[in-house]
Amino acid sequence: MKTGGYDRETAVKFYREMLRIRLFEMKAAELFSRALLAGNIHTCVGQEAVAVGACQALRPGDYITATHRGHGHCLAKGGDSRKMMAELFGKSAGYCRGKGGSMHIADVSLGILGANGIVGAGLPIAAGSALASKIMGKDEVTLAFFGDGASNTGNFHESLNMASAWNLPVIYLCENNRYGVSVCIERVTRVSNLAERAKAYGIPGVTIDGNDVFAVHEAVAEAARRARGGEGPTLIEAVTYRHRGHYEGDPQVYKPKEEIQEWKERDPVAGLKRKILEEGLAGDEELGAIENELRLEIEEAVEFAMDSPYPDAAQVTADVYSKDNEWGVAR
Amino acid sequence: MRTITYGQAISEALREEMLRDRSVLIMGEDMGVLGSVFGLTKGFLEEFGPLRVIDTPISESSFTGMAVGAAMRGLRPVVEIMYVDFTPVCMDAIVNQAAKMCYMTGGQISVPLVIRAPGGAGRRNAGQHSQSLEALFTHIPGLKVIAPATPYDAKGLLKSAIRDPDPVVCIEHKLLYATRGEVPEEEHLVPLGKAEIKRKGRDVTVICYSRQVLFALEAAEELSAEGIEAEIVDLRTLVPLDWAAIESSVKKTHRVVVVQEAVKRGGYAAEIAAQVMENAFDYLDAPVKRVAGLNVIPPFSPGLEDLIYPHKQDIMQGVREVLR
Ligand SMILES: Cc1ncc(C[n+]2csc(CCOP(=O)(O)OP(=O)(O)O)c2C)c(N)n1
Repeated sequence: MKTGGYDRETAVKFYREMLRIRLFEMKAAELFSRALLAGNIHTCVGQEAVAVGACQALRPGDYITATHRGHGHCLAKGGDSRKMMAELFGKSAGYCRGKGGSMHIADVSLGILGANGIVGAGLPIAAGSALASKIMGKDEVTLAFFGDGASNTGNFHESLNMASAWNLPVIYLCENNRYGVSVCIERVTRVSNLAERAKAYGIPGVTIDGNDVFAVHEAVAEAARRARGGEGPTLIEAVTYRHRGHYEGDPQVYKPKEEIQEWKERDPVAGLKRKILEEGLAGDEELGAIENELRLEIEEAVEFAMDSPYPDAAQVTADVYSKDNEWGVAR
Repeated sequence: MRTITYGQAISEALREEMLRDRSVLIMGEDMGVLGSVFGLTKGFLEEFGPLRVIDTPISESSFTGMAVGAAMRGLRPVVEIMYVDFTPVCMDAIVNQAAKMCYMTGGQISVPLVIRAPGGAGRRNAGQHSQSLEALFTHIPGLKVIAPATPYDAKGLLKSAIRDPDPVVCIEHKLLYATRGEVPEEEHLVPLGKAEIKRKGRDVTVICYSRQVLFALEAAEELSAEGIEAEIVDLRTLVPLDWAAIESSVKKTHRVVVVQEAVKRGGYAAEIAAQVMENAFDYLDAPVKRVAGLNVIPPFSPGLEDLIYPHKQDIMQGVREVLR
């Protein structure tokens, strides 16, 4: 991992952002195991460096599309942990008023165009957002997070083709965590390196260490520079790993135990902490204080979520259309 | 008779058909190593090998298209679309290819394809994982559509579907997988296009399918205590529709309630209601009543989700209304 060129503040900020995601998700996993949360929870534990490195390279006015494994993406883009937790509980104070749950967090004011339950669906949406920026002459970029699994969908190929043909200001960021549910990437694709696919669309493709937040940051910053400069999209493949199951409760029978262990030793959060301490960018005490602060934040988010009311039954028919009207919904 | 779950019944149907006919194969995400996300194909990969139990990439559009191609060449692929909500990703393969092939080639080609697609709400999976989309398929000539409610029917219908020369969409309700019921040890088939009277009654005909059959049966038990005897007609197959079964029940009871979990507007219950009015109006003593889902997107929040689809009480209420 390199910190060269990054100052103390930046390194500590990246650590804080990554740890926030880790603590949020470990809490969500615990709540789920205690049956306090319904539905499905897909954590990105082990992948935090991708979300943070990428979002830190974007401007507040830039956009992202997140995936079903999107807590990290949304938090890294500035998502409010209280509203996120409330959504996981299905409460009306949640980002989607309890209607979306874990997989569908969106906050357009922060540039979060939505997590998505349909694999691959975010890629053309990101390209469309980039098209809008281009048409409106806005200096914004849109970044699409997606998995190695999603790189096999038609949406991936069709949207990369259009985005490159039209030089759209979009960044395709593939989080290659090796698995789509149980299916290992090697079993369903021949290219050992997904970034190679960029060739087919005449755009740059880079493979980076997705557990190195600085490497991610650098690659996304360069892609954003190109995008803003009218040079079109970039495909970035961030090689990383999810430590936990596809969803909470998944026993991961399809993964070799040694592989999980190996990657746990390369934990991006612990790794960055080690690096910061080694390089003397911050001391144990300072990092401990940050951790305590974040734990408090997450505890408060849980309390807020638990204390919030469930949506009122009348809300069940609200928001089906953007301007609610009886005839639209009822008949 | 022994008792097994709906999920086991489907698993047995798949396995027995694969053993019986070497041209049957299974394709879909996580069907091999994992044995499917619903655990229906555990051990199949070891037993049948990777050419017959195919773990696909997440490429619904293309692997469904490939299944159409394989079926045109005489194989019998059974495709799983992990949730019916993902079928819109591959609608071209289903609607414009599989469904059209026989007709548009003047009968030269048949597509013996089965598409299994779990549907339905109640698992707190929100709007993109909880829908009931069967009406999309019933609207397409060339497709057959089945929606079994019991383990017995699931096994028998799926086996018939696999042997059928045409594309069949099999909608399985996710919340039925763990339900139990009697299924014979020996081979049994349920023919496509045959409804079943799940309960006899004289006062009202309740037409339903899939998970709502269970709710309708519960409703009928309670109504019986009120002195109302409801006849429960489980369609089992939506296309082709067993009109004869509906007609004979309507002639007996003169009142009809149609129940579906799906959104009411444009749903299959509307089609049934229209057919009853078109073809059996003279036997009716009351307008046909639909009991169906709200015209909304399935919400995540538990309290809201439970409001969107019919429950026992809604069916009882519907029955009381047509009896008024
Ligand atoms: C179109 C579609 N097909 C299948 C699924 C079911 N599904 C949800 S997540 C997933 C795996 C996604 O793998 P990947 O894109 O690598 O992301 P990861 O889960 O590894 O983050 C699958 C198959 C879905 N949600 N949408």
